[in-house]
Amino acid sequence: MFNRGNIHLWLIGGASFFGFGFVKLATKPVEAAIAQSDSQENSAVVIDIAEAEKLYLRRCGACHSLDAHRIGPRHRGVVGREAGSLADYEYSPALRNAEFVWNEQQLDQWLSNPEALVPGQKMGFRISNGAERNAIIAYLRAQSE
Amino acid sequence: MLNGGKAVLSASAVLALSGAGGALSHAYASSGDASQDVAILNVALALEHEAIGAYQLGAESGLLAKDVLGVAVQFQSHHKAHRDALADAIRAMGGDAVDAKDLSEYASALNAASLSSQTDVLKLAARLELGAANAYLGVIPSFQSQDLAQVSARLAADETMHWTALSSVLGAPLPKNALTFGA
Ligand code: HEC
Repeated sequence: MFNRGNIHLWLIGGASFFGFGFVKLATKPVEAAIAQSDSQENSAVVIDIAEAEKLYLRRCGACHSLDAHRIGPRHRGVVGREAGSLADYEYSPALRNAEFVWNEQQLDQWLSNPEALVPGQKMGFRISNGAERNAIIAYLRAQSE
Repeated sequence: MLNGGKAVLSASAVLALSGAGGALSHAYASSGDASQDVAILNVALALEHEAIGAYQLGAESGLLAKDVLGVAVQFQSHHKAHRDALADAIRAMGGDAVDAKDLSEYASALNAASLSSQTDVLKLAARLELGAANAYLGVIPSFQSQDLAQVSARLAADETMHWTALSSVLGAPLPKNALTFGA
């Protein structure tokens, strides 16, 4: 469906990806600094974007697609996009009025606890696992380039 | 939207969702805010509307064998029951329940035109059910009301049951590891 296949991202982040099951050797290293991670230690970690896409479909796919508004707004291009800014999606007033641009750090906070980042939002959905958040954010970033 | 912002989850709202007897008489802590819970319930309701639409598209596609069609209709009826319970609860809490979109909008958002076999339909259904199970698990910590959090877990269990059955029809393997749902 959206075949970005085997793009690999180098992530500067926690070693928590190891043991998560989809660390692979990079063929095309791209720098992507992930601000938040479970681990303090900085080490280069590689995310398999094809695996990250599966995770995205499992965790976000009931409500989001890349190119169509579903229960939530479409995602392609979200990294670097102003929050709550798509004209044809009906955001909560809180997100519609938010004044920031999505970057990795904001996304990490949003997925950890959206209400803490934007009080009055309506997504409510959280991911407590930092490695999963990092993988999904890397995937969204790859779809935004 | 909410009755004077009164942060009270009436017993009837939870009963609408729980279908249980009179045991639930919880109210929000007076500091709680029901509007947040109503917003999440409405997102869940929108998800159920889409699921009903997806099964409708599958049923009307002519791609499903008779026995599979029967299962699809049964699962759709579960989603209709979820829809009715969520809408009742939202109204009982003083909110406005979101309406379903036109079937054609679901068809386009889900790219129904690309479905050309029973397997395609079942894969789409399985993907949506797995996503729904994860969605219900992922909103649990955001509910003010413990009762609604439990309802969310019960809805996740239904979606997981659907996903498991669909996976088995598709011959897809079950997860090797434990704790792959939610995160
Ligand atoms: C239960 C449904 C649901 C799930 C599951 C869900 N979302 Fe959302 N998402 C929403 C809704 C609804 C909104 C709109 C929120 C608002 O308007 O306050 C939203 C908004 C967003 C936004 C803001 C986009 C913008 O245009 O400003 C981002 C980013 C986002 N979601 C990312 C994700 C990611 C990543 C996942 C999976 C890890 C996910 N969401 C899972 C329902 C969901």
